[in-house]
Amino acid sequence: MSLNLKHIFIGLVAYCAFICLSGCAKKQNNTEIGIEQGELYIGIGTEPAALDPHITTGLTEYSVLLALLEGLTTLNPQTMAVEPGAARLWTVSDDQLRYTFELDPLAKWSNGDPVTAHDFLFSFKRILSPALGAPYAYMLYPMRGAESFHKGIETSFETVGVQALDASTLIIELENPTPYFLNLLAHNTWWPVHPKTVLKHGSITDRISKWTKAGNFVGNGPFQLEQWRLNNGIHVTRNPHYRKADSVALNGVHFLPIATQSEERAFRTGNLHITNSVPIHRIEWYKENQPENLRFDTALGVYYYMINTERGPLSDPLVRQALAYSIDREQLTTHILKAGQKPAFHFTPPNTGGYNARARLPFDPELARRRLAEAGYPDGAGFPKMKLLFNTSESHQTLAVAIQEMWKKELGIDIELHNQEWKAYLATRESGNFDILRAAWYGDYDDPNTFLSLGESDNGNNHTQWKHPEYDALIQASALETSPEKRLELFQKAEAILIEELPVIPIYFYVTSRLIHTAVEGWHPSILDNHPYQAVRLKKN
Amino acid sequence: MLTLIARRLLQVIPTLWVIATATFILLRLAPGGPFDTEKPVTPEIKAQIEAHYGLDKPLFFQYLDFLKNISKGDLGPSYQYAGWDVQEIIGQAFPVSLELGLWALLIALCIGLPIGIVAALYHGQRTESLLMALATSGICLPSFVIGPILLLVFALNLEWLNPLGWNHASDRLLPSLTLGIMYAAYIARLARGGMLETLQSTWIRTARSKGLSPSKVVIKHALRSALMPVVAYLGPASAGLISGSFVVETLFFIPGLGPFFVNAALNRDYPMVMGTVLFYAVLIIVFNLLVDLIQNWMQPRTNDD
Repeated sequence: MSLNLKHIFIGLVAYCAFICLSGCAKKQNNTEIGIEQGELYIGIGTEPAALDPHITTGLTEYSVLLALLEGLTTLNPQTMAVEPGAARLWTVSDDQLRYTFELDPLAKWSNGDPVTAHDFLFSFKRILSPALGAPYAYMLYPMRGAESFHKGIETSFETVGVQALDASTLIIELENPTPYFLNLLAHNTWWPVHPKTVLKHGSITDRISKWTKAGNFVGNGPFQLEQWRLNNGIHVTRNPHYRKADSVALNGVHFLPIATQSEERAFRTGNLHITNSVPIHRIEWYKENQPENLRFDTALGVYYYMINTERGPLSDPLVRQALAYSIDREQLTTHILKAGQKPAFHFTPPNTGGYNARARLPFDPELARRRLAEAGYPDGAGFPKMKLLFNTSESHQTLAVAIQEMWKKELGIDIELHNQEWKAYLATRESGNFDILRAAWYGDYDDPNTFLSLGESDNGNNHTQWKHPEYDALIQASALETSPEKRLELFQKAEAILIEELPVIPIYFYVTSRLIHTAVEGWHPSILDNHPYQAVRLKKN
Repeated sequence: MLTLIARRLLQVIPTLWVIATATFILLRLAPGGPFDTEKPVTPEIKAQIEAHYGLDKPLFFQYLDFLKNISKGDLGPSYQYAGWDVQEIIGQAFPVSLELGLWALLIALCIGLPIGIVAALYHGQRTESLLMALATSGICLPSFVIGPILLLVFALNLEWLNPLGWNHASDRLLPSLTLGIMYAAYIARLARGGMLETLQSTWIRTARSKGLSPSKVVIKHALRSALMPVVAYLGPASAGLISGSFVVETLFFIPGLGPFFVNAALNRDYPMVMGTVLFYAVLIIVFNLLVDLIQNWMQPRTNDD
């Protein structure tokens, strides 16, 4: 017995010594190894919910899928201009309703199979099949007949405006001229999946399928899936069959779902080349000490307060104006948010698809007080207690407290703050049982439509109860307008109504903040957070 | 002994059934569903998604399905991670948490037991106060305070160890220490209490009066009985330790089970919550049984209960 204990004790001491020695010996860290081997280490914040391009909705999933799959078109990493993808070239009919794509003969799946027009047909059919329950299937609605098929009105896929003339020619017909159609094709909902692989692991509409697992996944992107372990990371390696394999500089990418606070430590100790975000309290330090590593890029997103326009005084546009005009957005972005966010004086982020809203919210406490008095609440007298709801988070709370204070000071009204954890908050929003609610919207594509269609009466994301026939008419007219200038003008009119009526109070436009290692090249600013990995290089010193 | 094991095993099934049913009901009472997202989908799409997982059936039938599946050992697919089964996730993550937990347990015992025993032997002296103050501070400092401090010193300033990951042998040290320190503090207090009580008992006094050396008295006679409270505590504590810690595993980016417990509940990932809860329940039952067996061996009189 005593001998055994002695052995165990000696073993333990030896192990501890081993740990200390192995720890103390100066190891090479991820970034150094990565630069040597051409492998990028990038933080993605959270674990992707899936790697099926037809059922994912988030930016995290998109950022991984971008390495594994490719649509008919791609977006230039620097200019966001449309470039060839799986399609080498295309022609558009005069009425802008018929697109003919010629597929790149070099486009191959990672198992060597050629990418064919039939693969795209299969993929479009898959995402539009009601049984798959694809949340973003509406992204394909510009295609003729897609909506009817997806909603089950038509049951034959033949009615959808897409056909494969032969293996390398794909024709897509549209419902209406859609100026941003080629941009849409770069979105993951339009990407192809490998039919044989999908069918090997289930039916065409199987959601709970193993085809996206490492070892099963077959893609047509610059990289292939090597390893995927939940909460541990995803590793992709170069796809030798990629159509432009020579243009890919990296040998692989490691996607690590590290939480924000730990991520900064990982960067500081050389374990990440690129982080997903930067903790607010560390921003000042990086600004002073390592500005070359800190990057803020404008993002296509707006942070706003949604108003229930059927709740007491909030049904009066004058009250909503008073609330909106009394918020000092500059102060919020400079002193509270601090990461280069832009104050939002309108709803659509600047330069979305070349559109800049002319409508502008003032910061004018005097005018705000007048509006409130006109609505019957001079200096806030008689204003009932209203609630502001946000999902539980320190940053939402800080901002809500500041705005609560501004409303108290400028308008003399008391707003109560409430928070709920995420799913409870979503349920409350869905039920419409709120007064004012914190919300956010990220654009799905670079066009004002992705923001302004949110205000339509029948839009599933409009929880404000606000209905405005003139606004609806303008958005519908924009879908039919073929002249780009006239179309943007329709959006200007719609946005002017939105800013006058204020069912939503814009607060600020998002930015992405990241820490980026100086060896990383080709990571260009992108409002859609679109960073094709074939453009990224790791510079050796 | 065999009767004890048999009796306990017979209790397992009704216990698990009660836990499963209570969890099922509580989950469905929580507001919000697994497929509510920031950008909500239309009711038709939501219905289609729910149909994939059998959520379109009346609640009672969902409950029956669920009971039928777990009786076959099938915990079902995760709602949050499409394409992953709950068993698969637990199977991947548990070995990591198990290893982390065992190291932490070892650290807790190596630190806690000596402190507790020495404190008891120096009862009423300054050494005791000092050691117990140390133990109390260990209890008071939660892992989200100890973890970052250890990280700051050993990973960021001294650069001896990695701040995160679970790849090298040395990656085990900081997380195990963070997790183990709090348990060490509890063990120290329990060991001290047990030892004090034992040292005052008549048979120890007899042993002393017979002229046995103090070290022999402590090691040969007192220790076994003094450790009873520690062993009782170790049952549930071990189950807790090896089933993963949300804070430590998130902080050190360790692919263990801890984060899944919490995130599954936040995401309303019903099968994942069920899976982790039942798994944890089984661990607790097994460890409590082990504790009883060990106590039985250490001090046969618990048999009488």
